[in-house]
Amino acid sequence: WVPVVGLEIHAQISSNSKLFSGSQVQFAAAPNSLVSFFDASLPGTLPVLNRRCVEAAVMTGLALNCSINKRSLFDRKHYFYADLPAGYQITQQRVPIAVNGSLSYSLCIDNKMSQMVTKTVRIKQIQLEQDSGKSLHDDTRNQTLVDLNRAGRLGLFSCFSPPFCPDMCCGEEAAAAVRELQLILQTLGSSQAVMAEGQLRVDANVSVHHPGEHYGVRTEVKNINSLRFLAKAVDYEIQRQIEELENGGTILNETRAFDSKLGCTVPMRDKEGKQDYRFMPEPNLPPLILYDAKSLPANMNHQQVVNVDWIHERLPDLPSVKRAKLVERYGILPEHSFTLLNEDGLTEFFENVVKQTQMKPKKVIGWILNDLLSYLKQHSLIVKESPVSSFLLADLLNLLEKKEISSTAAKQVLAELWKGEGKTPFEIVKEKKLELIQDQKELEQICQAVIDGQENEVMAIKAGNQKVLNKLIGLVQRETQGRSNPVLVKQLLEKKLSE
Amino acid sequence: QKATVEVLDHLEHLALVDFRDAEGVERLQKAIQFAEQLHEVNTDGVEPMDSVLEDRCLYLREDDVTEGNCTNELLKNAREKVEEYFVAPPGNIPLPKLEERETFLQGS
Repeated sequence: WVPVVGLEIHAQISSNSKLFSGSQVQFAAAPNSLVSFFDASLPGTLPVLNRRCVEAAVMTGLALNCSINKRSLFDRKHYFYADLPAGYQITQQRVPIAVNGSLSYSLCIDNKMSQMVTKTVRIKQIQLEQDSGKSLHDDTRNQTLVDLNRAGRLGLFSCFSPPFCPDMCCGEEAAAAVRELQLILQTLGSSQAVMAEGQLRVDANVSVHHPGEHYGVRTEVKNINSLRFLAKAVDYEIQRQIEELENGGTILNETRAFDSKLGCTVPMRDKEGKQDYRFMPEPNLPPLILYDAKSLPANMNHQQVVNVDWIHERLPDLPSVKRAKLVERYGILPEHSFTLLNEDGLTEFFENVVKQTQMKPKKVIGWILNDLLSYLKQHSLIVKESPVSSFLLADLLNLLEKKEISSTAAKQVLAELWKGEGKTPFEIVKEKKLELIQDQKELEQICQAVIDGQENEVMAIKAGNQKVLNKLIGLVQRETQGRSNPVLVKQLLEKKLSE
Repeated sequence: QKATVEVLDHLEHLALVDFRDAEGVERLQKAIQFAEQLHEVNTDGVEPMDSVLEDRCLYLREDDVTEGNCTNELLKNAREKVEEYFVAPPGNIPLPKLEERETFLQGS
């Protein structure tokens, strides 16, 4: 069975006002308080396009390697629903603002961070379109409450991999692709793309077929609220379809909702078979014309001109470029850069520590990814909430670099720092007496004592078994309560044993 | 081209119109015939025109908040409201299938 996954993604543009009206855009405002007469679809109102939304769409199109249509058109998509007061949604169906792009993302093979593979998914188009309002279903009173704050809100992009190009074949790939898109949108600033706040909505189209045969009937899965649920929903639906077909059943071309509690997809109510949206050109909006350096009109108010080349020149470094730069600049591994970008604020934290310490970035990254990050994850904290600042961590790593403490001791200090009691690493080291023994004579004495007490091991080493040396080093460490430099100890032991 | 019962049924579903009687259907049929005359014009190589505004500049608005905040005024239009929400029936009630509803088209 070959699964085929397509995604329809709606990203809310980050702007002050709506796509076609001057109402404010804000999350969780009082119901119907951010609604103008146009948003409420009162007769006699007209749409007026927000320039910022056009720029955001162009930026996103360029970042996703699309062809920008210098002339794009608006259409009406008709359907009846209580939260769509006009009875149609203004979208771009015939000629959208950007087409034929691609998105590259990385996946770990078999969950091993060390093996990453890059995949590419095709993007059919990016279009500006209105959002509908929000419906709250009140089943007890058999009614629906409608809040139009979201209506006419922002342009949503709808960029998806068409089902006839099988670029994604499982939940993990779909989630990874969407995650990369999220990072790109956030880097561009075109959308904050927070799924939990509804700024990024994903619908999945899933079908299965036998290799070499026709594509199977596809179902649309909605109501997916997080990347994790996206992966689950896609995998569940693939499984469901395979089981259904293997039992001799058929797949209906239907819309299903993902039930996060049950972890399965269920048929959605309110969807009556195939919809006929009766697309027609939006008569109130002339074509959207974009310009570039060559076609820039001489006598036009520059506020009315969107210059694609100007926007292209100002695109920030995309995540993939940022990662490559981190690898080159700091000598870290690609999978490290992946994790750095994946956690909000972690790259900045890492770079701040590197700036403030003599420790090599290649060593610093271990402390960031293994110690700092795992602690944050354990306590469900984001980087911004870390009780250990980059300054404190750099301070600690400096002590380690200067060989004033051992790496084991450093971990102990870090554990203390997590408590956030305001003590500096130096203070903690003094308090807990974690400094490395600097007195050579003292160390020599301890080494001698250990040698004297381990006759068998000494004989084994002298006979050629070098591995046993590690046991002696361990014993010295124990004697000194971790306060000895293992490299120095090894040297001293070897010297003594060769005498 | 004659408008078949399937097409008329489809239109009733989509647009929630009601072809109440033979006269209504006949009127539609005449309108279709009238519009079909357009096909007699050779439009090869001519771009369709969507709107007489097609040469106009699409005005771009600055991203400023200039309206909204008129909840009370808007809710005055609502027949029913709950706190500050509009109230609607619980989801679409689809038109019953042709065989199951009372429509003139049944007899055609």
